[in-house]
Amino acid sequence: MVVELNHSLTSVIPESALLILIGWILGGIIYGADKMQTFTLTPTVFFFYLLPQVILDAGYFMPNKLFFSNMGAILVYAVIGTCWNAATVGLGLWGCWLGGAMGDIDIGLLQFLLFGSLIAAVDPVAVIAVFEEVHVNEVLFIMVFGESLLNDGVTVVLFNVFDAFVSLGGAEIDAVEIIKGIISFFVVAFGGSLVGIIFALLISLLTRCTKNIQIIEPGFIFILGYLSYLTAEMLSLSAILSIVFCGICCQKYINANMDERSVTTVRYVMKVFANGSETIIFVFLGISAIDPAVWVWNTGFILLTLLFIFVFRFIGVFLLTWILNKYRLVPLEFIDQVVMSYGGLRGAVAYGLVAMLDENKFKEKNLMVSTTLIVVYFTVMLQGITMKPLVTWLKVKRAAVTELTLAEKIQNRTFDHMLVAIEDISGQIGHNYMRDKWHNFEERWLCWFLMKPSARKSRDYIFNIFHQLNLKDAMSYVKEGERRGSLAFVRNETKADVDFNKKFRASFSEIMPDIMADNMGPDHVPLSSILQDIVPSVCLVMHEQDLTMRESEDFNAHHLLQQHLYRGRKQHRHRYSRSHLETNRDENEVQEIFQRTMRSRLESFKSAKMGVAPAKKIQTKHQKKDKPQKMPNGNSSDKSKNHPYGDKGTCSLLFTSLLHYMKWLNACFELIITLESAVDFVVRL
Amino acid sequence: MHIVIKLFGVPLSCPITNSMNIWFSCFLFIIVTPAHIVRLYDRFEALDKEKTGHLRPQDFGAINRLAMNPIGDRIIGAFFSPGQETVDFHSFVRILAHFRPADKKHPKDPSMPEPVNSRTSKLKFAFQLYDQDKDGKISRAELLQVLRSMLEMQVTEEQLESIADRTIQEADLDNDDAISFEEFRKSLEKVNIDHKMSIRFLR
Repeated sequence: MVVELNHSLTSVIPESALLILIGWILGGIIYGADKMQTFTLTPTVFFFYLLPQVILDAGYFMPNKLFFSNMGAILVYAVIGTCWNAATVGLGLWGCWLGGAMGDIDIGLLQFLLFGSLIAAVDPVAVIAVFEEVHVNEVLFIMVFGESLLNDGVTVVLFNVFDAFVSLGGAEIDAVEIIKGIISFFVVAFGGSLVGIIFALLISLLTRCTKNIQIIEPGFIFILGYLSYLTAEMLSLSAILSIVFCGICCQKYINANMDERSVTTVRYVMKVFANGSETIIFVFLGISAIDPAVWVWNTGFILLTLLFIFVFRFIGVFLLTWILNKYRLVPLEFIDQVVMSYGGLRGAVAYGLVAMLDENKFKEKNLMVSTTLIVVYFTVMLQGITMKPLVTWLKVKRAAVTELTLAEKIQNRTFDHMLVAIEDISGQIGHNYMRDKWHNFEERWLCWFLMKPSARKSRDYIFNIFHQLNLKDAMSYVKEGERRGSLAFVRNETKADVDFNKKFRASFSEIMPDIMADNMGPDHVPLSSILQDIVPSVCLVMHEQDLTMRESEDFNAHHLLQQHLYRGRKQHRHRYSRSHLETNRDENEVQEIFQRTMRSRLESFKSAKMGVAPAKKIQTKHQKKDKPQKMPNGNSSDKSKNHPYGDKGTCSLLFTSLLHYMKWLNACFELIITLESAVDFVVRL
Repeated sequence: MHIVIKLFGVPLSCPITNSMNIWFSCFLFIIVTPAHIVRLYDRFEALDKEKTGHLRPQDFGAINRLAMNPIGDRIIGAFFSPGQETVDFHSFVRILAHFRPADKKHPKDPSMPEPVNSRTSKLKFAFQLYDQDKDGKISRAELLQVLRSMLEMQVTEEQLESIADRTIQEADLDNDDAISFEEFRKSLEKVNIDHKMSIRFLR
């Protein structure tokens, strides 16, 4: 709330840093009251109650196409990068300890390596929190974010392996153990992902069958998501990987299967949970610091750790990117690499892991905890605050912002659309054979298995959408007509409608009865075309814009363009945000554009070969016939749901009004069907 | 007539019409790199569902996303030369080559013909999108058509016309109530065309 009140503050300091500050204050208060820290971030609470929601949210809202097309690079960074970081930090610290830079502490190589492995992992929570303010381009964001999610597989394995090694003691380690460690990595990583995918399948199948209990569909998503996390944890596999893949794989199918309202519910609740957890995590991170029992200060250790993780991250990223760029279609630029290295934030996961260490085996546990906390604060606060200025600074200096001319504005937008069209024509970036194969497999088998038949059908036919749009249009025409006493189609609420009524009421009443009587002769022009012809003249007549002032005209034109130009598919739009859910303004635009295009194409079909047109029309006519029967049923069930909550008097009232409404609906649909057949007839001419 | 091109040792059979000769196919390699040709050819084949070796407007129409693009139909039209009903692979690649990022490393050789992806060629391509009747000028009506397709339906005719008028006023220097190619180019001199009209994967 404090954060929302001064939005300008959060644009400078990321929310996470502010939350940590609040945590410090709270911790101070609690400590002052109790003389000991009663609240700390215990690993159990963190790993079982706070982390899963955040990760499920990340998986569910993951832009799949982007993720999978960059999967190779992400895996390289996650696996090799994390191993590199862990090894170098561990070995570096060990070397410095041998050199005596840290004074006298009871620690060994293995413990250093363990510490390196837990501090090396980039943290998804911190990455989301910081990158949300900084709008970097999609590819860069998905790299860092994907890496932070997938590196859990490596971290868990390394942590467990080194923990086991430390328990064994240094003498027992031989090649067999190392090989076991490597195998366990594959088992943990792939096992975890497999568990996630299985649960994703379960969820999709479940949503396929829940047509009658739509109200609890959202609940299932969360329960099963959490279950996947717990199952993987139970099997000692990577739980984060499991829940991530669960979210990634099921999003498409559940969005298709579930009712609109359930989808919305899931989205919002997911965000609420994730936001809440994130807040709590950061506050607790702050509180946990105010505990003198935990603090052990060792200048060398701490400073060297900070230095190493920073430096080795940079080296690691640049090295890997250099190798990757040889194989990538779209190479990662230098600036992107800098931001990627700088964005390697450590966070609560590292703290959770370090708090899980056994004090008896690790004499210097407190030192490690302190160091981890300092590292977390350093990365989240310092790097978080400086991230945005850095990103702005590194970009090429923009030219002075002059007002674009109209021509430039239009042209810019045209270019956007052009690029999008060319990309579509030439196939997407990174289009390849495997993706096609997967797509075909998915279309044939998975969609058949996992999606409801109705959901599947509505995906298949574009003309289905087209006819839905037409239906909506026709319905609104009819509604307007009923309201005004004739089918006077108007767009603007000005005095012109009156003229329109007077002018055309007569001709309409001529035409309408004819159509109603189903008397189709070649002379009857379909209503829709009449209406379309009329509109422009009406608008021209009634608009009395004051065109005298040149400046206002200028301003109007610019303003109009700004407001109404269709937006192209922006290539660098930051899609992932914790607090702002995208409202689907795009969909209206898309529908409008689609409607237009299809209309103009149908016009051209009229003059083209006859073979094409009737086939399409017939197909859609059949589907159209289904729709009118479906709709009244849908509406009646809606009305009947309201029923149990009224008493008898209102019941009968509802019934009669329902009856009237149904009759009216039926009449409308008959009209629409006849309209359609009229259009068909003309088309066939 | 089929030509077998060996790309990285993999024979790739590419149907080429009689009008093309080997020299032309070499030209292909200059404007797009070999790896991209393979990819584009795959795409061409995927679009050409009836395997005739030519694309027709309906094949482009099958791309779903283009229906949701306000100037999608115009772009499709740009692929077809005036009077032609089909586009073969060579023209397909040639049009797409317009969108290659300009080659900054090699200095311009005045004796060579203007490369396809230079700024001028790109502007010409954009100009042709507007100028449907190919008379070398964008008339008011043509501009209106484009505006109409790119603006939401809430904009009225009056407003559209006023925008079109003002646009022409801004750009028109010789007062002939139409925008010629030179005027078009001048009005866009501040815009970084190379950045706006390039697709990275065609590098």
